[in-house]
Amino acid sequence: MFEGWDAVVLARAQFAFTMSFHIVFPAFSIGLASYLAVLEALWLWSGREVFINLFQYWLKIFAVAFGMGVVSGIVMSYQFGTNWSAFADKTGPIIGPLMAYEVLTAFFLEAGFLGVMLFGLERVGHRLHFLATLMVATGTLISAFWILSANSWMQTPAGYAVNADGQFVAADWLQVIFNPSFPYRLVHMVLAAYLTTALVVGAVGAFHLWRDSRLPGPRVMFSMAMWMATLVAPLQILAGDQHGLNTLEHQPAKVMAMEGHYQSHPDGAPLVLFGLPNQAAGRVDYAIEIPKLSSLILKHAPDAPLNGLDTVPRQNWPPVPITFWSFRIMVGLGFLIMTLGLCSLWMRWRGTLYASKLLHIFAMAMGPAGFVAVLAGWITTETGRQPFTVYGLLRTVDAASPLAAPAVGSSLIAFVLVYFAIFAAGVIYILRLMALPPLHGEQGPRGDLPAHAAGITPAVGVAAQGAT
Amino acid sequence: MTANIDLATLWAFIIAFAVFVYVVMDGFDLGLGILFPLFPAKADRDVIMNSVAPVWDGNETWLVLGGGGMMAAFPLAYAVLMPALYTPVVAMLIGLIFRGVAFEFRWRTTQSLRNRWDIAFAGGSMLAALAQGIALGAILQGVHVDGRHYAGGWWDWLTPFSILTGIALLVGYALLGATWLVLKTEGELRDKAYGLSFYLLFAMLGVIGMVSVATPFLHIQYTERWFSWPNIVLTAPVPIAVAVVAVALLRSLATRQDSRPFFLTLALFGLSYAGLGISMYPFIVPQSITIWQAASPQSSQLFMLAGVAVLVPLILGYTGWAYWVFRGKVRAGSGYH
Repeated sequence: MFEGWDAVVLARAQFAFTMSFHIVFPAFSIGLASYLAVLEALWLWSGREVFINLFQYWLKIFAVAFGMGVVSGIVMSYQFGTNWSAFADKTGPIIGPLMAYEVLTAFFLEAGFLGVMLFGLERVGHRLHFLATLMVATGTLISAFWILSANSWMQTPAGYAVNADGQFVAADWLQVIFNPSFPYRLVHMVLAAYLTTALVVGAVGAFHLWRDSRLPGPRVMFSMAMWMATLVAPLQILAGDQHGLNTLEHQPAKVMAMEGHYQSHPDGAPLVLFGLPNQAAGRVDYAIEIPKLSSLILKHAPDAPLNGLDTVPRQNWPPVPITFWSFRIMVGLGFLIMTLGLCSLWMRWRGTLYASKLLHIFAMAMGPAGFVAVLAGWITTETGRQPFTVYGLLRTVDAASPLAAPAVGSSLIAFVLVYFAIFAAGVIYILRLMALPPLHGEQGPRGDLPAHAAGITPAVGVAAQGAT
Repeated sequence: MTANIDLATLWAFIIAFAVFVYVVMDGFDLGLGILFPLFPAKADRDVIMNSVAPVWDGNETWLVLGGGGMMAAFPLAYAVLMPALYTPVVAMLIGLIFRGVAFEFRWRTTQSLRNRWDIAFAGGSMLAALAQGIALGAILQGVHVDGRHYAGGWWDWLTPFSILTGIALLVGYALLGATWLVLKTEGELRDKAYGLSFYLLFAMLGVIGMVSVATPFLHIQYTERWFSWPNIVLTAPVPIAVAVVAVALLRSLATRQDSRPFFLTLALFGLSYAGLGISMYPFIVPQSITIWQAASPQSSQLFMLAGVAVLVPLILGYTGWAYWVFRGKVRAGSGYH
C-alpha cells in the first residue's frame, strides 16, 4: 500500500489533518478558560448562585475539551521529528527554544493547576481555587503567545543567521520572537478564540432559551455571549484587515492568492467577490468583480497599482484555489458573526433578547461558525505561504523526513481512524452535556465528588476559610 | 568552544532529567492502566482513576518537555531518532490518546460504554509503555545514520532486544503502579496491590537482569564501559545498589509500610536509569552522534538555560503543591479525604 505515492504529500496531508483536529480544541479552550475565570470572578464578587452554576456547567465541558486538546497536542509536538526531520534539524535551534518556552511557561502552568481547578474547589478554598482558574486561563494565553510566535517566525523569519551545517540560528532573540507578523497574528488568533467560544456559549444559551426563556443560567450566558459577539466581531474585522496589510508587506504572493490576482493591475485592482481560480491557466474564470475595490482596501487608494502572481516565478506560486476559497469562507463568516452581534444589540434594545425565537435560531446556527472560520483562516495562511515552510528560505519538499511513503501513509491512516473514533465520541459527550440546561446546584466534573456549591455563598466560604 | 562543551553536557543532564521525571511520573500513571484488567470492580476502578485524575496531565507534560527540549537543545539527534523510531513513536502517541481521553470520557457515558473506555485506558497505557520501552531498546542498539539523516528502514527498530526492553518497561511501570496503589488506597484494594507488587518486583528484577546481560553484547563499547579497569570501580556499585534497594523493597512489602514501596521502586528506576546513562554517555545516538555533535548553537542553549533555571524550580514547586492538595488515601465513592 502507498507504493508510488509521494511521501511529502502524505506527510503534508498528515500534518494538515492532525493540525486541523488539534486547533479546534485550543481555539475553544483559550476562550473557555477566560470565560470560566470571568464567571468565577463574578461569583466571588457578587455571590450570585447563577454564576457558580454556570461555572460548574462549563467546567465539565472544559474538562472534556481540554483532555482532547492535550492528547492531540502531544501528537503535534512529535510530528516535527517523525515526519519533518529535516525541518527539525534546520530550524530546531530557533523553533525548538520557542516551543520549549511554551512547555515551560504555559503547558506546565495549565497542567499544574488544572487538577485543582477541576477537582479542588472544596479542598483549597475559594480564593486559591480562583487563583488556579486564573493560572489555567493565563497558561492558555501564554501558550498562544509562544506557538504563534513560532508560526509567525516561519511566515516572516527575522533575527536569524545560517550556520555551516545549514541550520537557522538566532542572531537576536527579540527579533525572532517579535518577528514582523507576530503581533498581528497573535491578536487575530486570540480574538478568534474568544469569538469561537462566545458563539458556542451563545448557541447553548439560545438552545435552552428557545425551549424555556425563563431559565436564569441560559439568560446570563446568552447575554454575555451576545455582548462578546457585538463588541469583538468588529474589532476582529479590524484586526484581520491590519493583519492583511502586514501580509501584503511581507508575503505579497499570499495576498495575491487570497485575492485571486493572477495578473498585475497597474491602475487599480478589482476585488474578486467570487470566481473559479484556474491555476493551470493562471486566471480566475467567471469572476464577479468590483472594480478598484481591492486597491482601495489594500492600498487605501482606488488607482494604486497592485502586482499579481505574474510577477512571481511559477515555482513559487501558492495553490490559489484553496487559499482563495478558504479566505472567502473566513471573511464571510466574520461578517455573519458581526451581523449576529448587531441583531442581538437591536433585540436587547427592544427588550426581546430572551424572547426572540428568530434570534435564538440564528445564534444556534452560528454555534460552529467560529470553528469553521478559525479553520478557514488557518488554511488561508498556511496554504498561502506555500511552497515554503520557512518563508522564502526553506521549501516544504526539503523539510520532510527521509521516509518511504508506506510509513507515512500507514501512520496517516492510523491517525485518521483513531481521531474520528475518539473525537467523535468526545464531541458527542460535549453535546450531551450541552443538551442539559445549567441547573440550581450544578455539580462539577465528578458527579460523585459533590461540589457542595448549592446554597453556599462565597462570602460564607471565604469567611470559613479565613477562620481556619 | 570549551563553554559550548560544558553547555552541551549540562543540557544532556537537563534532558535526561526531564525524561527521568517523565518516566517516574507518568510511569505509575501508565502502570495503573496496565494493572486495570486485574481490577474489574467498578468501585476499584473509580478509586484508581481518581488517584491520578488531578495530576496525569502534568505528568505527560514532561514528555512534551523531553521531546521539545531535545529538538531545541539537540536538534540533530531529534531529527535522526524520530524517523528511526517512527513506528514506536506513532504507536506511543496513539496509546496516549486512548488513555488520555479515557480519564474524562469514562465519566460521561453509560455503564456498558464505560467498560469500553476502561479498555481504551488499559490498552492505551500498555501500548504506550511497550512502545516507550521498545524505543529505548532501539536507541541503545543504535540506528543507521548517513550524514545528518536517518538512513535505515521503518522496521529497523524491531529486534529481540527492543522487544525485551519493551516488556521490561511494561513490567517496571506495572510495579510503579502497584506500589502507587499501596501508597494511595486502603482495604482490599491495597491488599491486592501488595500481592501484585510482590510478584512484579521479582519480574522486574528478572528483566533488569536480562537487559543488563544483553546490553554488553550489543556493542563492544558497552562492554568496555562497564567491565574495563578502572571503570569497573565506578560501575560495580550500580548493581550492588540495585540489590540493596531490592532487598529493602521486599522488606517494606513484607512488613506492609504503605509509604515506602513506591519510593523504593522509584529508586530502582533511578538506578536503572543511571545504568543507561553510563552505557550511553557521551553519545545521544549511540555510537553515531555525540551530544557535542548534536548540540544546537550556544545562542539557543543559553537562551533556554535562563528559562530552565528560573522556571523548572517554579514548576516543581507548584506541581508539588498540586500533589499536596490531593495527598492522602483515596476512598471509594467520595474522592479524596
